Amino acid sequence: MTAMSPAPEAIVPEPDADKPEVRDLRSWLPTVRDTLLAILLALAVGAFLIAISDDEVIEAIGNLFTYPGSFFIYAGDILRYSGQAIWEAYSALVDGAVGSGSSLQRTLERSAPLICAGLAVTIAFRAGLFNIGATGQMLVGALAAGYVGFTYDLPPGVHLVAAVTAGVLAGALWGGIVGVLKAQTGAHEVITTIMLNQVARFTVLYFLAKDAFQRPGSDNLLSPAVADNATYPTLFGLHLGIPLALVAAVGVWWLLERSRLGFEMRAVGANPDASRTAGMSISKVYISTMAIAGLLSGLAVTMILLGLQQSVTDQVVGSVGFDAITVALLGRATPLGTVLAGLLFGALSAGGLGMQTSAGVPPELIQVVQALIVLFVAAPALIRGLARIRRRKKTATAEPKGAAA
Amino acid sequence: MKTARIAAVAAIAALALTACGDREDDGDNGSDNNSPSESETTSEAAEQYPDFKACMVSDSGGFDDKSFNQTSHDGLENAAATYGVQTAEAESSDPSQFADNIDSLINQDCNQVTTVGFLLGDATRAAAEANPDVDFAIVDFEFTDAETFEPNPPENAKGLTFDTGQPSFLAGYLAAAKSETGVVGTFGGLNIPTVTIFMTGFAQGVDYYNEQNDGAVEVLGWDPANPEGGSFTNDFEDKTAGQSLAEEMIGQGADVIFPVAGPAGLGGLQAAQDNDVWGIWVDTDGCVSAAEYCDSLLTSVVKGMDVAVEQAILDSASGTFTNEVYRGTLADGGVSLAPYGPNADVDDDLAAEIEEIKQLIIDGEITVG
Repeated sequence: MTAMSPAPEAIVPEPDADKPEVRDLRSWLPTVRDTLLAILLALAVGAFLIAISDDEVIEAIGNLFTYPGSFFIYAGDILRYSGQAIWEAYSALVDGAVGSGSSLQRTLERSAPLICAGLAVTIAFRAGLFNIGATGQMLVGALAAGYVGFTYDLPPGVHLVAAVTAGVLAGALWGGIVGVLKAQTGAHEVITTIMLNQVARFTVLYFLAKDAFQRPGSDNLLSPAVADNATYPTLFGLHLGIPLALVAAVGVWWLLERSRLGFEMRAVGANPDASRTAGMSISKVYISTMAIAGLLSGLAVTMILLGLQQSVTDQVVGSVGFDAITVALLGRATPLGTVLAGLLFGALSAGGLGMQTSAGVPPELIQVVQALIVLFVAAPALIRGLARIRRRKKTATAEPKGAAA
Repeated sequence: MKTARIAAVAAIAALALTACGDREDDGDNGSDNNSPSESETTSEAAEQYPDFKACMVSDSGGFDDKSFNQTSHDGLENAAATYGVQTAEAESSDPSQFADNIDSLINQDCNQVTTVGFLLGDATRAAAEANPDVDFAIVDFEFTDAETFEPNPPENAKGLTFDTGQPSFLAGYLAAAKSETGVVGTFGGLNIPTVTIFMTGFAQGVDYYNEQNDGAVEVLGWDPANPEGGSFTNDFEDKTAGQSLAEEMIGQGADVIFPVAGPAGLGGLQAAQDNDVWGIWVDTDGCVSAAEYCDSLLTSVVKGMDVAVEQAILDSASGTFTNEVYRGTLADGGVSLAPYGPNADVDDDLAAEIEEIKQLIIDGEITVG
């Protein structure tokens, strides 16, 4: 790391006109490096938390203060027990995420909705919109997809397509409302999406209280499970929603980078006034961006509802809608980044389960690690600062060169 | 030690003691000391099952919800302390994780898995059918056939249900008797059966008081005849929502508040304390679990989930498991009214009336719900 770290910074400002693709790739290196550092740093803080919450370590620390005479014995104990606790927890994390076929399956199952909902946030980011509303868009998507899924009895294939279509349309409608409000009245999308999350939740609760959405003979706010025909078919133990998430990512990439609408989105995101002057319809861009974002959120919830054959409840979305924001931030609002970040968060979630069941580490730790990753990513100066301190200590002679570049 | 505890419980029951000191002594040993069935189980607690692994999956509230997940989890911890069983647990953050969490625990060689909450019903049934060697128990849920509504639990799965309407009825009677303004209030977290069963029992208890004593005590926030209405925080976490609902009721003259909203209900107790009116707590004895409000509590409606979970674990460990549904009632002590609060000042006549009503409910003379 010390050898390569001055290099990328020096390369960025030098445009290499002959090889645009190589330049493109290399310009990402600092970002990739910062992200990896952020992940490592977050895991390091997590390791510290695991160590100081381990019973044996706590006891050793207590002994250390009670018997300062045996300092080295207890200091050694602290190190040994900390090492054990951290090793046990993190090996359970890795094992739970990728250690076996079923854990890998779990990782991918949890990644798919995160990727899709992350794309919903990503695409809005690119048009300069902050979509906090993935939760609400997913909830109404779940309501529509679920209703089609458990009420009708359609042939295989048709039923799935109908349920997915209902889900994405409902999501698109919900997202579209935000776009219309923004375009027509200038209402800020952060406010409207947050408010619509609440509206969506109470809409779901309202419908769940109706007999048509409840199980026969039950008053619980729990719908019947979706029919078999409406679930994603499984291939090698993985439901088809997972490849669909990747298809969605490619679609978003194409839309943003290759289509005219995507160009307009990026232009509006960069400078709405200039785009208007250039003759673009800002309203159209806002509405279509938010509708597409809602569509992606709707698709995301089908991966939970139709992929894992769930019932509709007001909690069916869980924390995916908000984690999607984190995923998009970590993925730097690019489709590829979102896919990678979604996989990472899916792995952390699945691994967190392993940590909890086999190492007894509370699941909140994973949330802390996820939050820290984003915190460190959002503070690249902090990361670079930490990296630079290390570099300065180790290779003091290299410093003038780096400073000159 | 144990005999001392049992003696203390007996003393409380007999004399309806109001001193908080006794209660705190009990509280150190476990969360629920009022129910006879626990004293029974602990008094015969010699048998140890170190090879038995009992596990638990929470619903999306998590084990630290100060409500039914936490109380059920206390049952798991008590079982570990009393019978030496090993434990493992998994918290869920959304429903798509339920099945994963159960599977993951089964892979950890759990002999028994307790799932908490009706939302886990489907996942529990599926896991029970796929793992016939593992015993399952599920809190607040009963396995029934979708068409006939007849109970049809899998061979190895037991529902743990609680008739919390019964003690709520007693609480309603007590509230009506203690009300000076003639107005009492209740509110819920969500309009779901496991919440409204408390509120219905409470309202019926108030009605019964009015019938018996020619009273005209009014209930704010819930009318069993109008199940669409009622006051709800629509959230089990939002204390502020609970507080403002309670403030509103107090503004309308209520001087007893009965919040059935988990942690959000703590806001209701706060409002009661601020305005110097009474509160009644739910699920656990509020003088233990929310001790800062003990001075304002009349009593608590105790839902002995910890007792039921502990018993289910013991049954599985000792090989006496049955898939017959467990119903906590006043008769078996699975639900109960906690000892009256230190300032509740319940006179002997009233205490005797409540005992009498309790007996009427146990005998089936009064039906709640």
